[in-house]
Amino acid sequence: MAAITTRAETLLATWEAEAGIVGWLTQVNHKAIATRYFITSIFFFFLAGVSALIMRVQLAQPELSIISPEVYNQLFSTHGTAMMFLFAIPMLEAVGMYLIPLMIGARDMIFPRLNAFGYWVYLIAGLTVWTSLFLGNGPNAAWFNYVPLANSEFTPGLGVDVWTTAITFMEIAALVAAVEMIATIFKLRAPGMSLNRMPILVWSMLVMSFMIIFAMPAVMLASVMLFLDRSVGTGFFDPAMGGDPLLWQHLFWIFGHPEVYIILIPGLGIVSAIVSAFARRGNTAYSLLSASFVAIGFLSFGLWVHHMYTAGLPWMSLSFFEAASMSIAIPSGIAIFSWIATLWGTRPQVKTPLLYVLGFFFVFILGGITGVMVASIPFNHQVHDTYFVVAHFHYVLIGSAVFPLFAGLHFWFPKVSGKLLGEGMGKVAFWLTFIGFNLTFFPMHISGFLGMPRQVYTYRAGLGWENWNLLSTIGAFVMGAGALVTLINILASIRRGEDSVPNPWGAGTLEWAAPSPPPPYNWDELPRVSGRYPLWVDDEHGRLDPDEDHQHILEEDAFPQHPHRRETPGTRLLDSRLERSAILAGASIFPLLAALSIAVAAIGSMLTLWLVPVGVGLAYFSIVGWLWPREEEW
Amino acid sequence: MARPGQQQTRKSQTFLNRIRGPGTIALVSLVLTACSGQQSILDPAGKGARDSASIWWLMFWLGTIVFLFVLALILMAIFRGSREREAALTQQARQRMVILGGVIVPVVIIAVVFAGSTRSLLGMGRLRDNSDVVIDVVAHQYWWEVHYPHDEVTTANEIHIPVDRDVQVRLTATDVIHSFWVPQLHGKIDMLPGKSNTITIRADEPGTYRGQCAQFCGVQHANMAFLVIASDEPDYRDWIAHQQQPAAEPSEGTLVERGRDIYMSSACVYCHTIDGTPSQGTLGPDLTHLGSRETLGAGILPNNTGNLAGWVIDPQEIKPGNAMPAVDMTGEDLQALLEYLNSLD
Repeated sequence: MAAITTRAETLLATWEAEAGIVGWLTQVNHKAIATRYFITSIFFFFLAGVSALIMRVQLAQPELSIISPEVYNQLFSTHGTAMMFLFAIPMLEAVGMYLIPLMIGARDMIFPRLNAFGYWVYLIAGLTVWTSLFLGNGPNAAWFNYVPLANSEFTPGLGVDVWTTAITFMEIAALVAAVEMIATIFKLRAPGMSLNRMPILVWSMLVMSFMIIFAMPAVMLASVMLFLDRSVGTGFFDPAMGGDPLLWQHLFWIFGHPEVYIILIPGLGIVSAIVSAFARRGNTAYSLLSASFVAIGFLSFGLWVHHMYTAGLPWMSLSFFEAASMSIAIPSGIAIFSWIATLWGTRPQVKTPLLYVLGFFFVFILGGITGVMVASIPFNHQVHDTYFVVAHFHYVLIGSAVFPLFAGLHFWFPKVSGKLLGEGMGKVAFWLTFIGFNLTFFPMHISGFLGMPRQVYTYRAGLGWENWNLLSTIGAFVMGAGALVTLINILASIRRGEDSVPNPWGAGTLEWAAPSPPPPYNWDELPRVSGRYPLWVDDEHGRLDPDEDHQHILEEDAFPQHPHRRETPGTRLLDSRLERSAILAGASIFPLLAALSIAVAAIGSMLTLWLVPVGVGLAYFSIVGWLWPREEEW
Repeated sequence: MARPGQQQTRKSQTFLNRIRGPGTIALVSLVLTACSGQQSILDPAGKGARDSASIWWLMFWLGTIVFLFVLALILMAIFRGSREREAALTQQARQRMVILGGVIVPVVIIAVVFAGSTRSLLGMGRLRDNSDVVIDVVAHQYWWEVHYPHDEVTTANEIHIPVDRDVQVRLTATDVIHSFWVPQLHGKIDMLPGKSNTITIRADEPGTYRGQCAQFCGVQHANMAFLVIASDEPDYRDWIAHQQQPAAEPSEGTLVERGRDIYMSSACVYCHTIDGTPSQGTLGPDLTHLGSRETLGAGILPNNTGNLAGWVIDPQEIKPGNAMPAVDMTGEDLQALLEYLNSLD
């Protein structure tokens, strides 16, 4: 007993952050950073949601003038930008950041300082975007910033510059998180967790990270080119100077379409985890399911032209992209039928996480079906850029990201906080969200059919759009109420929720073996695994290990470690055999300083280009400080 | 015995009346108007739009079947069966389920949809091979310039076409990207500055079809509409002949003449053309036959004297951000100017 106490105390002394403001600013622990991501992205989610509510009020009736057209344009441009870049991607990355080390049995991620750096970058970029909106200078040329409209001639002012610089800067955070996740998944899995034993969620995070690495550079490059067109008059997209406006569309959508699947795939991973836990059964067709994620990842890079069907490209070449777009239905079908087969005949208890998964099924399948529809060229020519498309992509994005995230929130909340989320309030919030969502977005299919284009700040009476828009507005407020109840539920449960056992759902993956909430070092004793669902005696039928403290997977002295060094087992990529101890970096102020220096260069470039070399110079010194070896890390 | 029953009926009628709010109206309009409307894609009045609508109905029925079927399977998976009966479906059977439902069935459905879609697309493609009426449309922020190159007619925000003829519309833009879309006649095609796209439309019936810019083009994207008016061949020829005339010369000493003088001495001439007069500006819509057009401000207001007055005095109030500045003039001058503009029919 005494020995174990000492061991935990030693680990805590090594891994715990310093107290006070210094400790807070130098914090690098994956759970602390992920929690900051959660809170920040939920805050941005609410701001973007309120923007949407204001827009819905403006559109409740024809020819209203609650807000000016300019404000409306800034609101919808910022709403889209924020939901994509400031909410969905960071939130899903944070889920990976929090869960991956716990799911694979590591003490932290492989580059903890990179996590902290990414967070600071994200925070600065997000605040820049929202501050610019509150100052009346928000992005205002739609989230896709088509040129020539987004050129300085047609959209003067800082709005588009805010977009290009903040997004370029922001993507640094997405990229470092992706690199970090790939390296962690490849090198820090517990001994015995070969690639084919990784939880499905970890597979989805791996695919997402690779997609980020291949997709984000396109938008970073494109926004730097647009920034240069605007600030120093290069002519990348200007036909008068030999440029081409369609080049922008190609570059944007070769990022923009994979982006949708970057958001979708981790959502599918979350659903897979919850389905398996509630069915008490391993995911059916595990290999096919993980392969379908990889397939979606590959296919998603060959579809971008379906956003450009109406741009006047040769029709024969469009058919290729039509076939590729429709074929996404195959891997999606595999995933859906894998979940159905997993749940089949298991009579799961329908608690809030599973309820959200059921909501996900309804919404996502509908969005997938309209997705095949909009992939059809002759149909797309009609509905492209109408409210039908607005309905479609909200079904897909909210279906594949928000419903799974809410499901995951209810599912992993006990792990993160040690408390159970209120079940009653959770169900009320679900029904408000689900009904509100469908009331908002289903009528948009019809307003689209009636000819309503998207991105309009008002519309004329007499075209039959009035009532559908009114319904959408009412639905938006119902949905907003659902989000509010969820928020209240979280706060109430943190304050006086019921305490949770480590594994309240009887799930089979490794994160449920850690204490709730997990200590900074995650594991008193490090796990070793020999199957896909190490907490279950039998993978196929998922009977819970009768020995609740999981002695058979936790090995006290398997990995001799330096007591005052942050270490975790490093293993081989494929078979996860123990290779050597990986030494992880500790707390440091330099990630924050590096983020601030790069912000001087990126955000400062809007004011004067002279700040770029200043910021780069400062960044150099921050990075030197960051990498400076410390005695205890030798 | 009958009375309570009647009362019941009356009660439910009042109830029905009471709930005849937005909900009921919406429900009724779902049934009645979801398919019709001046800008509806499900109320096609031309070949291209019919091709698009036909693939939609194929996909709608297939999609509905798939949706209901998968939803039923999910509900069965969750609410039927018990842990004891679980053994009835082996792991192998479940894997077969994934292959069948996730691979084989989607492949078949997609093949059908792709074939139907390609058929519609080829149908639309055939349209453009045999058109003999040519119209050039140039999009501006936020209005449409329309030329009939063979007939040397220029107008704006209103396109007249003959019915049952393939009409080739050549599209371009001067400033940013716009998109030409008349839902009842054809799908949309983008209008790019420095490039030309072509679309071939064909109307089956005489009628007025509303179109609207479908690509976000700036602050007044919402108010950039136009009308396509399809008429029988003789009416169409009459319209062309009328549009070819220069503007009528006002008789001396009339209010119209005073209005013309006011117009000619104002800033209007820098941007607008009135054929047969010194006013030859090209930044704004051609006004030669303004009075004959149905709308003002690019398809957003009915063309009448009141709206015209409002538009001339303060176009920024009606369409903030459009290129036309407000005109400051006395009431009398305005009245004369309106007389003149109304005379341009």
